[in-house]
Amino acid sequence: MSTVTTAAKSPAPARTVTGGNALAGTRTLIRFALRRDRVRLPVWLLALTIGTIATAGNFQTLYASTEQRASVVRTMDSPAGLAMTGPRHYLTDYNFGSMMGHQMLGFMAVMVGLMSVLIIARHTRAEEETGRAELVRSTVVGRHAHLAAALTVAVLANLVLALLLAFGLGGAGIEGVDTGGSLLYGFSHAAIGIVFAAVAAVTVQFTAHARSASGMALAVIGLAYVLRASGDAGGDGTVSWLSPIGWVQRTYVYVDDRWWPLLLCLALAVVCGGAAFALSTRRDVGAGLRTERLGRPHASDALTRPFGFALRLHRGMLFGFGAGLFLMGAMYGSILGDAEDMLKNIDQIQEALQRVGGASIAESFASMVMIVLSVVASVYVVMAALRPRAEETAGRAEPLLATGLSRNRWVGSHLAVAMLGGTLLLVLAGLGIGIAGAASTGDGGLVLKLTGGAIAYAPALWVTVGVAVALFGWFPRASTVAWIVPVYAFVVGYLGELLQFPSWMANLSPFGHVPQLPAADMSWPPLLILTALAVALTLLGLAGFRRRDLETK
Amino acid sequence: MTKAITVSGLHKSFGRTHALDGLDLDVETGEVHGFLGPNGAGKSTTIRVLLGLLRADSGAAQLLGRDPWSDAVALHRHLAYVPGDVELWPGLTGGEAIDLLSRLRGGINSRRRDELIERFDLDPTKKGRAYSKGNRQKVAIVAALASDAELLLLDEPTAGLDPLMEVVFQDVIAEAKAAGKTVLLSSHILAQVEKLCDRVSIIRLGKIVQSGTLSEMRHLTRTTVEAETKYPATGLDTLTGVHGLSTDGNRVRFAVDGPQLNSALRQLTEFGVRSLVSHPPTLEELMLRHYGDELAHNGSAKPQASGAPGTPDTPATPGTPGTPGTPGTAGTPGTPGTPGTAGSKEEVR
Repeated sequence: MSTVTTAAKSPAPARTVTGGNALAGTRTLIRFALRRDRVRLPVWLLALTIGTIATAGNFQTLYASTEQRASVVRTMDSPAGLAMTGPRHYLTDYNFGSMMGHQMLGFMAVMVGLMSVLIIARHTRAEEETGRAELVRSTVVGRHAHLAAALTVAVLANLVLALLLAFGLGGAGIEGVDTGGSLLYGFSHAAIGIVFAAVAAVTVQFTAHARSASGMALAVIGLAYVLRASGDAGGDGTVSWLSPIGWVQRTYVYVDDRWWPLLLCLALAVVCGGAAFALSTRRDVGAGLRTERLGRPHASDALTRPFGFALRLHRGMLFGFGAGLFLMGAMYGSILGDAEDMLKNIDQIQEALQRVGGASIAESFASMVMIVLSVVASVYVVMAALRPRAEETAGRAEPLLATGLSRNRWVGSHLAVAMLGGTLLLVLAGLGIGIAGAASTGDGGLVLKLTGGAIAYAPALWVTVGVAVALFGWFPRASTVAWIVPVYAFVVGYLGELLQFPSWMANLSPFGHVPQLPAADMSWPPLLILTALAVALTLLGLAGFRRRDLETK
Repeated sequence: MTKAITVSGLHKSFGRTHALDGLDLDVETGEVHGFLGPNGAGKSTTIRVLLGLLRADSGAAQLLGRDPWSDAVALHRHLAYVPGDVELWPGLTGGEAIDLLSRLRGGINSRRRDELIERFDLDPTKKGRAYSKGNRQKVAIVAALASDAELLLLDEPTAGLDPLMEVVFQDVIAEAKAAGKTVLLSSHILAQVEKLCDRVSIIRLGKIVQSGTLSEMRHLTRTTVEAETKYPATGLDTLTGVHGLSTDGNRVRFAVDGPQLNSALRQLTEFGVRSLVSHPPTLEELMLRHYGDELAHNGSAKPQASGAPGTPDTPATPGTPGTPGTPGTAGTPGTPGTPGTAGSKEEVR
């Protein structure tokens, strides 16, 4: 071209942005993060608040009389009871407020910690992992802006939660729940949430992947919970002082209303936060402090078979659920011995147990617990059965199905893992409740009885798998509808017993047809029918999948 | 010669989008066939139908003499596929993914696998989530070429590879061709297709608009000529088939339709040619010929040498691709005999 391009005039010097400091752009990033979380955060905060206030209301109806509260105190005053709740000092004045501090605070600390960890991981490491942070950091954004913004959002969320809880509980007019105590109760949540946010701020510096970073932070939460549990169960509570969850429980909210343990939390949060900022300067954007571990250059023989491959993809989750269900079973099992005493004065549960039947309260209680354990197992089963769908939408099914692997074998291998894995989970849960139950009641026969009772739920799990695969085959976009099965089973199977739903509602759930062993007698026909239904649904789903297009990106 | 792939009248819709609109395609056994078109033209959809991952609404398709939908698994033992956007399992290493994919296909040639990993400079011990796009692509390429498949379906296989690896890829495909394998290579990297492919099919809006060898196609398009003459050249603008004439003193530059090349050059020599550069039509120009009307829609009718910025979403003229700027080319070329210039770029002093 012969035209002479006139040199473009250099643009007027850009507005001077607040200096060259490391926090430049933080405010914009905070607004941006709040905008992105405009649904997520309110849902978290409201769910936690409503859950708390509903529990407080529940305590009021369940333990209306002084005798009922006294009997709860007797049950809680055991190593198992204290390990599952909180320190013993709360028992000295067991009103509805101190019940919240004792039974809810430890559990809520875990939930608030989870919320905080997810906020931090989502706005720091996940951004780096996807490469979006790089784009943002190339603009006028300081080195520490992402982390500072994420921490600010987490702190804000926790403070809002504190206020919601304080005013929600304080205004509920529950006996023993005063305003000052409610304020401390709320800010205990904020304190522990901020601690775990700061912990997550450190862990996201270590690995290059958001999932492993949140996993590490969640492990810290788990460790904190275990420390406080063993400290509280062990008597003098020294070990609990090693755990921030132990600290917030030692505010003795609604009993002594001590604010100073929260200062410990604040100090720990400041230390962790400072460490996070310091560590972040020692690494590159997108990289972790810990270098990625390398793996094998060759596949093992098992991995190249469809089932072995599916197992490899599922094994992490299967281990997690297996350990969790075993522990959960063991926790319920450990209170079987005290169940009679504990449940004696709660009318609703008494009635429900009588409907279940059984030789002893321990057995009928175990049968009720079985439903809860099997529903937890069904959560795994749905996740596992929907794995083919996840692989398909992620684009990873395409290269596999372009090999000599047929669609049936591919889906089949995942379903086999889901069905066998679900059954294995039931065995583990049954063993957990059976072994711990045998220890706490001194009845060795419970091990076999309760394990058998858990396995009886296997056909219901298989039907759940069948529902998921039928949806996957015919209505892939609606696959997540399969979650209705565990949710409905929980509502009907657990709450339904207490609230006395009509029986046709229980019959809609596959879990409603399982004989409630060991309280009820074994009955084969429903199990066989459920198994046949599972087979039919699976075949139906496979037929649908063989006929449809693979969804590709 | 037998056909490795025959497709006729293939239709496929996704809801309201008509992805394939009566596609015909023939790939001979043993050839490297280029499958050209911009994003969204239907290349990936075609390949996925050929893999039995999608089911065609109507039309017929055969691979190696079999039906891609009903014989999918049996067929897949004889073919290998590289998608354009490779997704790997985050927890599996690249080496494990390669072994998995090629053993599921029915076997792996370990020596060849290791050799390819070496040549592509791939670290097989890294986890899938740690790979860059280019490295994920390499994993799929090694997995496909390490098995003894007779048919390779490659869907923009080198997206994300650096130029050095692009060269390695071209070598590997040339070897595959020498070994008698059939390759269907979808691409919008034109230099790659020019280097590798025996024949080319151009797809547009779900239809093949042109198919043939590159030299066949070149006769249908223009050669660009740049020359410096002793005296200012005149009279070129009155010749038929000369386009885009620009003169700057003694320098002249124009494009000429294949059949009129000879007369244009004869006119030029009248003014004493000092230097002459002629470019054969590039694939860019081949493609632009078919996408020209869309460019015109976008208000940039001037062909640019950089790729084919087609906009597949515009439902522009579903009929024959009229090319407003090139009148003389739609008919058959009168004399296809202009041998000297059809070769690569040459300079005469």
